[in-house]
Order: sequence, then C-alpha cells, then structure tokens
Amino acid sequence: MDEFGIGAPLPRLEDVRFITGRGRYTDDIPMSGLAFMEVVRSPYASARIKGFDISAAQAAPGVLLVLTGEDARAEGFGGYTSKMRKTNRQGEPNFEPPFRILEAERVRFVGDPVAIVVATSAEAARDGADLVLVDYEELPAISDIKAALAKGAPLVWDEVPNNECVFVELGDRKATAAAFAQAAHVAKGEFAISRVAHASIEPRVGIGLYDPVEDRYTLHAAVQAPHTTRNEIATRIFRIPENKLRVISPDVGGAFGGKGYSHPELALVLWAARKCDRPVKWVCTRSEAFLADFQARDNLAQVELALDANGKFLGVKVKNVLNLGAYLTNAGLQCGFHHVGSICGVYTNRNVDWEVSAVFTNTTPIIAMRGAGRPETTFMIERIIDIAAAEMSIDPAELRRRNLIPTAAIPYDTGFVHTYDSGDFEKGFDTAMRMADWAGFPERRARSQARGKLRGIGMAYAIESAAGVRDETAEIRFDTSGAVTIVVGTHSHGQSHETTFRQVVASMLGIAPKDMRMIYGDTDLTPFGRGTGASRSMTVAGSALVCAAERIIARGKQIAAHMLEVEESDIAFDAGVFTTRATNRSVDLAGIARFAHDFRQMPAHLGVGFAERVAFVSDGINFPNGCHVCEVEIDPATGETSIVGYWLSEDVGVVINPLVVKGQAVGGIAQGIGQALCEKIVFDGESAQLLTGSFMDYCMPRAKDLPAIEIKSQEVPAPNNPLGVKGAGESALVGALPAVINAICDALRPLGVKHIEMPATPARIWEAIEQARRAKAA
Amino acid sequence: MTSVSMRVNGADVRADVEDRTLLVHFLREHLRLTGTHVGCDTSQCGACTIHLNGEAVKSCTMFAAQADGDEIVTIEGVGEPGRLHSMQAAFQQHHALQCGFCTPGMIMAGIDILRRHKSPDEETIREELEGNLCRCTGYVNIVKAIKAAAES
Amino acid sequence: MYPASFTYVRPADLAAAEAAFREADDPRYLAGGMTLIPTMKQRLAAPSTLIDIARVPGLSFIRREKDTLVIGACTRHATVAAAPEVRAAIPALAALAGGIGDPAVRNRGTIGGSLANNDPAADYPSAVLGLGAVIRTTRRTIAADAFFTGMFSTALEPGEIITEVAFPGPRRAGYAKVRNPASGYAMAGVFVAETGKDVRVAVTGAGACVFRAAEMEQALARSFTPDALADVRVAAADLNADIHGSAAYRAQLVRVMAARAAAAALSGA
Repeated sequence: MDEFGIGAPLPRLEDVRFITGRGRYTDDIPMSGLAFMEVVRSPYASARIKGFDISAAQAAPGVLLVLTGEDARAEGFGGYTSKMRKTNRQGEPNFEPPFRILEAERVRFVGDPVAIVVATSAEAARDGADLVLVDYEELPAISDIKAALAKGAPLVWDEVPNNECVFVELGDRKATAAAFAQAAHVAKGEFAISRVAHASIEPRVGIGLYDPVEDRYTLHAAVQAPHTTRNEIATRIFRIPENKLRVISPDVGGAFGGKGYSHPELALVLWAARKCDRPVKWVCTRSEAFLADFQARDNLAQVELALDANGKFLGVKVKNVLNLGAYLTNAGLQCGFHHVGSICGVYTNRNVDWEVSAVFTNTTPIIAMRGAGRPETTFMIERIIDIAAAEMSIDPAELRRRNLIPTAAIPYDTGFVHTYDSGDFEKGFDTAMRMADWAGFPERRARSQARGKLRGIGMAYAIESAAGVRDETAEIRFDTSGAVTIVVGTHSHGQSHETTFRQVVASMLGIAPKDMRMIYGDTDLTPFGRGTGASRSMTVAGSALVCAAERIIARGKQIAAHMLEVEESDIAFDAGVFTTRATNRSVDLAGIARFAHDFRQMPAHLGVGFAERVAFVSDGINFPNGCHVCEVEIDPATGETSIVGYWLSEDVGVVINPLVVKGQAVGGIAQGIGQALCEKIVFDGESAQLLTGSFMDYCMPRAKDLPAIEIKSQEVPAPNNPLGVKGAGESALVGALPAVINAICDALRPLGVKHIEMPATPARIWEAIEQARRAKAA
Repeated sequence: MTSVSMRVNGADVRADVEDRTLLVHFLREHLRLTGTHVGCDTSQCGACTIHLNGEAVKSCTMFAAQADGDEIVTIEGVGEPGRLHSMQAAFQQHHALQCGFCTPGMIMAGIDILRRHKSPDEETIREELEGNLCRCTGYVNIVKAIKAAAES
Repeated sequence: MYPASFTYVRPADLAAAEAAFREADDPRYLAGGMTLIPTMKQRLAAPSTLIDIARVPGLSFIRREKDTLVIGACTRHATVAAAPEVRAAIPALAALAGGIGDPAVRNRGTIGGSLANNDPAADYPSAVLGLGAVIRTTRRTIAADAFFTGMFSTALEPGEIITEVAFPGPRRAGYAKVRNPASGYAMAGVFVAETGKDVRVAVTGAGACVFRAAEMEQALARSFTPDALADVRVAAADLNADIHGSAAYRAQLVRVMAARAAAAALSGA
C-alpha cells in the first residue's frame, strides 16, 4: 500500500481533467434556454433610494425581466444573519442589521445590489442594466475605523450610535494589570491589519433553475459548503424547507473563504429563474468582484507586551477594533473572536487582557478568509515580540527561545482559551534556525551592504487552532460489482481531497485510489456536511472515512465468517482480503460486496448491502504550528523588496500526502506574502468609493515576486483524531505576515525605522526611509 | 454580425457572431471549448491564454473577428487524457496546480516560454510568467514543472 | 465583461481605412487592442466602429535607412524585442519593447497603437521622445517633440494613421523603469540617449504625459555618467500621486531610473 497509502507523495488523481481543459466549473455547464443576469449596484457608499425607473431597461432588446429591491420586498424575503451574537458596550445583544438580497430604500456601500436585469444574452443583460435608472439622494459616508468612531460620524445604521456594533472584554484584566506592574519593560505597538480580497482566480458564479411541478429550486454554484449555502438560501432568504432546494457545487476555482457563505447573487438567480421560467446564470466579473465579493481582515490593534528584565513575557494587552463593513455577514464577526487564543503563541505568557470592538462602515462587508482572525492575532504577538527585542537589544530569536513552551510541558494550558495537546516547539524552532542559517545572517547582511542593499531577517512562530467545526459525515459504499464509492460532505477546490481521501481509504481497505470513485458537492447526493473551511476537512471528513472503513472491515468480517464458515474471530483482514487463520481460505472486499447484495445468500440478521455511513464528531480542535523565517533584501533607492529566502519548519500532524501538504503551505505563505508586501483594498477617505477596483490597482503577487520556499515537516500526531492529522490549509499563511514584516523592519531598523504597516510596498518603504532620514537630520 | 472562420485545434470552424464577441467567449460558448477561462477583465490574470498562430495571446483581449483566418490552439488541443503533452504531464508530476482554474493558461504560457527559451533558468521562467496569476500554488511548483518540461 | 455594441471592419489598405473612418459616427482604429479592448470591456470607451488596421499590408516591418531604424506601425512588441536589427542598432529600444506588459501582450501590442494611444504610463513614448524619433503618418511626418500633447492625446488629427516610426541611431541609449506593482505599467520609466547632437532624457509613467527632463539633459551633456545626475533635483510638483506612490516617490524614481538608464547606456545593454 506504500505507493499510494497514507504518507505517499501520490500525484493527484483530479489533475488530468484540469490539465487537459476538461474541468467542469459552474460557468462550463451547458444548459439550454439559458438566460443571463446582470446586477445593478449602488454607485454611492451611502444613499437613500428615492425611486426606480425600469421602463427603458424592460423595453431593451433581449431583456426578459427586471426586478428591483421593491419587488424583493413584496416577495417577503428574509435576510442573511450572523452565526455569532455578542453584546454591545451596554451589554445588550448586538444590533443585527437586515441584510437583504436587494435594497429598496437605502444603500450602504458602493456595490450594494438594488436591481437585476435578466436577458437572453449576457451582452443584452449588461446593456439592459445600463438602462435601469435609480434616483439616489447621496449621504455622507465613512470607510475606515477611525472615521467611524469619530464624534459626529455619519451613521451606517441609525440603530447603532457611534457605529459600534460589538464591544467585549476577554481575559483577566486584573491579573494582567498586576503583571504589567512588575514589568521591567513594556513594548507598545499599533498595527493596522489591511483589508484584502480573497481573489480566487475563478470569480463567483451561479446558475439558478426552478421546477414549477415540484416547486423546487436547483442551484449550480461555486461554493465551499453546499449544505450551508442551501440552509442560508432556503431557510433564511426564501423561508422554504431545505428539501425544496438542491445545491450543486462542481469544480471550484479557488475560494479561500470567499465562497464559504452565500452572497445575494445566488438567491437572485434562483428567484429570477422562477420569475422567468428559464435557467438563469450570473458570472461575476473581476471588477464587480472587487465591489461585491465580501472582503477580509481590516482591523486595528493596540498591543502591549510586558517583560521582566530577562525578557520573560509577563502579560499582553490588546485593544482590537474590527471593520465589519456595512452588514454582518454569516462569519464576519467570528474573525474577531474565534482566534484570540493565538495571542499566547507558543510562549509561556499567561496573562491576557483583550478588548474587542467591531464597527460598521460604508464598505463591502467582511467575511472569513484563510486564517480568519489567526493571521491578525499572530501578527500582533509576533510583531510586538520583535519590537520588544529591538528595544531591549536582545536577538529576536533568542527572546522567543527564552519564552518557548518546553516540549516536556505539553499538554500545556495557556491560561487563555487553549490547551495545546501536542507539539514540539523547541524542535520546530531549532529546525527553522538551522534551515535558515540564522547564525550566518550577519555575514549575508554585510555582503548586501557592500552592494548598497539593506538586508533583514525575521521570524514568526505561528500556532493556530484548526477544525473548530467538529462534525462531518462520510460514507463508503460498495456496489454489486464490488467497486467502491466514497461520499463526503466537504468540498475540494484545490485542497486535493480527491487524492488524499482516497489515500486514507486505500490505507485502510487496500484498494488502489484510482479504483475508487468519489462524490462530493451535491446536497442531493451527499450526506449532510459542513463543507470546507477552517482547515477541517482531513481532520473531520478524513476521520469519518476512517470510522466508516473500520465499520466496513467489521461488517466484512461478519460476512466473511459466514461465507467461509468459520467463527468471526477466526477471520483476519489485511490489504483488502479476509482470510481464515486456520484454513487459509480467503475472500476479498469485492467478493464480500457481491455476496452482500444477494438477499438469497445473506443471513437475515446481517441484512443486505455493503455500505457504511458515519457521522464523526471530533473531541476538540487541533493546533498546527510552524516556525517561519524570512530573509529580505531592500533597494533603498526604490524601496523595492525581494524575498531572498523563506523557510518553514511546520507541524501539521501526520502527513497524508507530502506533495499536497507542502503545496498548501507554499500557497498559504504566498498569500501571506501578498498581504504583507502588496495587496490592499483601498477606499477613498471622503467618498468611500473603492479605489482598487481591478487587478490594475489591487496588486496580486506574481511569480517573480515570490521566492523559492523551503519547507520541512515534522509530524507530531494530533492525539484527538484517529488519523493524527492537524489542519494544513491555513497554518502557513498565518505566520507569513509577521515573518515578512519582521524581516523588513529588521532591514530598515539601522536607518531608524521602527515599524512599517502592511502592505510594505516599495513606495511605503521608501517613504519610511525618508521619514527616518529627516527625523535623524532634525 | 460578422462571419468568422478559423482553424481551432486542427479543425476548421465557421460561425456568425456579434462583432463585439470576444475570442474567449467564441471559444467557450460557440465551440464549447471551456478549458479556456476568464479570471479578470484587464488582461492581468492570463487564465484565457491560448496560442494564436503559434504564439501565446490573451483571448479575452481580442475579438473573435480579429482572429478570422487564423490558427488557434487551446488547452483541449494540446494533449488529452492518455496522451498528455510533456508540459501537462509535468504539471501533474510536480503538483503545479490546486484548484486548476489558472492551469490551462499556465500550461499555454509554459509551452510558449519553451518556444522562446530552450532551457530557461528559474529567474527567466518567473519573469516570463508576468502575465499569469495563480492564487493557490505560490508558483513554486509551476516554475518547477516548466523547468522539468524543458528538460524532458 | 462585454463591450457595448459596435461594427467591426477590416479595411484592405490605408485609404480604405481612412474612408471607413470618415463614414463612421464615432470610429476608432484598432491595432493590437491591448489598451483599447480592456477599456471597451469596462465601457469606458464605446466606439461605434472599430477599424482593424493590424493586417493592412506594409505596416509591419523593421528596416534600416542609413543610420535610421524604421519600424512599421503595426510591428508587434515581441518582434521589435527579438529583431537583430533593433538589437544591433538600438539595444535599449529592443530591451524596452521586451519589457512591455507580459509575453502575451507583447505578441499582440504594436508600436503604432501604443503611440497613438499615448497612455501616460506606456513605455514606447519615452523611447520615441528620448531618441528624437520622427512619426510618419498617412498625411505627414511629426517630430517626437511635437507629437505627445497630453494625457492620452497626441498631435494626430481625426482619421490620421501612424504608418511608421523612424528612430535616428544614437551614440548610446538606455532605458530603466520601475513597474507599478499591480498593473505592470511604468511607475516611472526614463529613456536617456546621447544622439551625437545632444543628450535627451524622456520620462514616462511619472507625469500626465511623457516629458523631457531638461536639467538632466544638461547634466548628462556635461558628463554622460550616472554620477552627473546625483545633484539634479526632480521637481515633484507636476508628478502623479495616487495610491501606488506619492509625487515625491515618483520624483525619486525618476532620478534613480535616469541614473540607471545612463549606466545601462554606458554598458551598451
């Protein structure tokens, strides 16, 4: 089984269709009678709608249907709601804004949908949308946190004075204050975690169908969690039973959290399909995506770290303010709460005082993105450590080493949210130091200096909490020919499940991965599933498959005993074959399956069929972690940064497929580098108009911007799932932000630069150098 | 409407299309060659890269009418399951794709790079991928795959 | 992204192209389309008629006329970048062409299209102005110094078509730029040339339109070395400022790129 079981670097089985152009993404699905939808969006960040005039659009060639917010209101649709409820500063439940699929009275961000046009061609729909007239009364708007909290700021929601939706205190304020009173040094930092776009290369897309006979909808759409999408649209928007909606998510071209939750357009295509009795397709354009796709991160943090004279961490204080955008999405609020535990890092500090608030602004709403709060929290702790190290003249690696949780202390209760159940941080740390040749850096810096370049090295030891949504169902079923199909409720859109899930089953059942079929992404065909997100799939769906395989083996033994006329205890199972210990007769799984489907042969007490479905619930989350080192070289004349080295020593538990795990880590680091160096969503401060409306202004990292990345895995198995795996999808991104910024700040520190905000663009770096130079001169 | 005829993946095709029909939409919707993708609207992402008369171009930044009389190869014409082009095989071998959406454009760009550079080094490949965005892989394995295809 | 409706015509020759232009309401010529088509897709431009001149015979060539290098208007960037004649006569021009956009863009974009469009961040205008080239059209010849009149505007009259560009061979020339990290267009690109008569320095990307930097020209005329530019101040007042960089940053880039362009010229690259 070695060549394709757990641990094998098996090339992916799903690749052939993608590399030959035979992938089947939503926009590729052929459909006859298809109509096309275009969304009319608010051009203002805040405005009152005084009226609609749709007559010209209705009369335009090819236009089948025009619907506005007024029509949506008449239908009595519900709205999207947040999964999380918290309290405001007065301790009352936070305000939950109505979040409709089309607005009729007020718009609250540029891109807020107000009408749709459906036509016989995409071109005609676009032409028709240009003819929808909406009479707006523009109102003052705000886009950033400071403006939102300013006295007399325009209100996004009249119900929320000061625009502050949520205010919560966490941790132990008294104990932390006491710890700070003992401190020899307190390092302080204020960090802005920039707003970014998920920017999957496949834009969002949906095709809606309606069957009037069954009064039932079908949605083909690029989503990460088909059942969640079904629940949101059926239960929250249409208020119909969930069995009246089928959601099919075929190949999806990347998601990163951006396709995790339903956006209005997916309900709109279904409504439009019912209204015009045709399948209706909507394909987001990239420019539209920058307005309408929910965005990510965007918060401010004031962080203080107290240390004793030897550099031991005594306590940390955080004031974190999130920019929610104009509405509360399903998972927007979570980003401020779910991952605060990461503030303890891999260090022995036990005192945390955490204050979090969340404000509304006239911007695109915020949702989870790869890491979802963990990159922010990790940035806070790992960046403040470097600031402290510089202020106390201690090598930042040495400062971390002094505070590292010893391997012998695992399991370790951090005293704030998490108990780390496994990990070997000392080994991870030492491995990264060796990989990066940390000790040899001064010599490399001197060589760069000789060429007029600034060189810096930075590190970050990230630990995250993965697989927080702990239940998942999977099925292994054999058909009458003896062939296997595995069915899961998670979704694969780059995570390589079609290969790795088969590897898990292959290891258990001794069946070659290529001989299995796998089904996912269809609410009619798969058991209830929570989809893919939060680095959960292998932990929970993989474990569900293990449990199902165990049951297959157990049932197989019962049937084999009957077939081979021995006691069940006389049956051994190995590599797909049941053998009698005494007589050495055998039957394989396929033989069992064929037999099991014959009611004439099967004993009544065993029943017929050979399939097992297991709903697995894990005992708890797991803690993937990794020590990142980044080395940069900066051209002080232009501010351009090149990353000259990047090393990661990571522990994501047992590695199912090293090709895939490394691929996830490298991809995560690349996204982290993107946020650290170049990506940022920018709104105009006055009008709250979006200024980064395409890839012409929103800078995506390209091949030449990224380095070769060296990764070593050290497998410390997670104790709380049968595979021993930890989440591998997000953990590498989490550490990349602080590692890169620490390296850049290290390079700039000799010039007097103390901190640089993300993204550290060439312009920003040059300005920082100039400012420091002027300050020195003054 | 305008009448266009061209040779696509070795077959002659002819159709009447709206003058404003982009080449990528002609390929995807009229010819149902859906392996060529659209990922942006400003010519940055390269998911729509095809070969026009043997050279890589972005099919989202051309009208079908401009390609009248031309020879086009799309990802579907490069190789097929069981008979993969060496570039396709290298992408699989080196795990150069995750979600697969940018992949057809990357493969078309990769083949074009090797048309112009016999054995490009890593830096050249990275420079030459200026017009193709990938959000999943961090490019490391894409660069590896193109290098491996050059050596094969 | 779907452009507004238009009529596409592909004239057989330049006379037919100009005739088509006269007959249409709101016509635009189309060559490579690398800037025009994205603009149309975003409906920032919606011409009634597109007149495709990319295949008009006689517009795609590179030839030597004594010391002058003449490039046909529909010659693509990739062709210019790879042409032995260009690499031999004006290597800086070949290098500039080879750094425009990306390989796929270079396979479609043309020199004439780039000049007629006069995007403030395009590369070619700096070479044309920096080398003191002459733009030949269906109606006349226009000196580079008179051609670029402002942001996206040129001396071309309605209907007039660029047919070729004549570059006098310089003693030496160099080009250096910093790309806008997002779009890949020039944040600042500087073309320097020692022509034999004088020194010319043309700057693109940093201002509303390509321009000559007189103080730099004087400094390099005194001494054609990167160091000669060390004390030259670049005024930020008229330079672009946007989310990608302040005017002061662009002024810095102009200074640094000019020095690097001079160094490239000296090294013969």
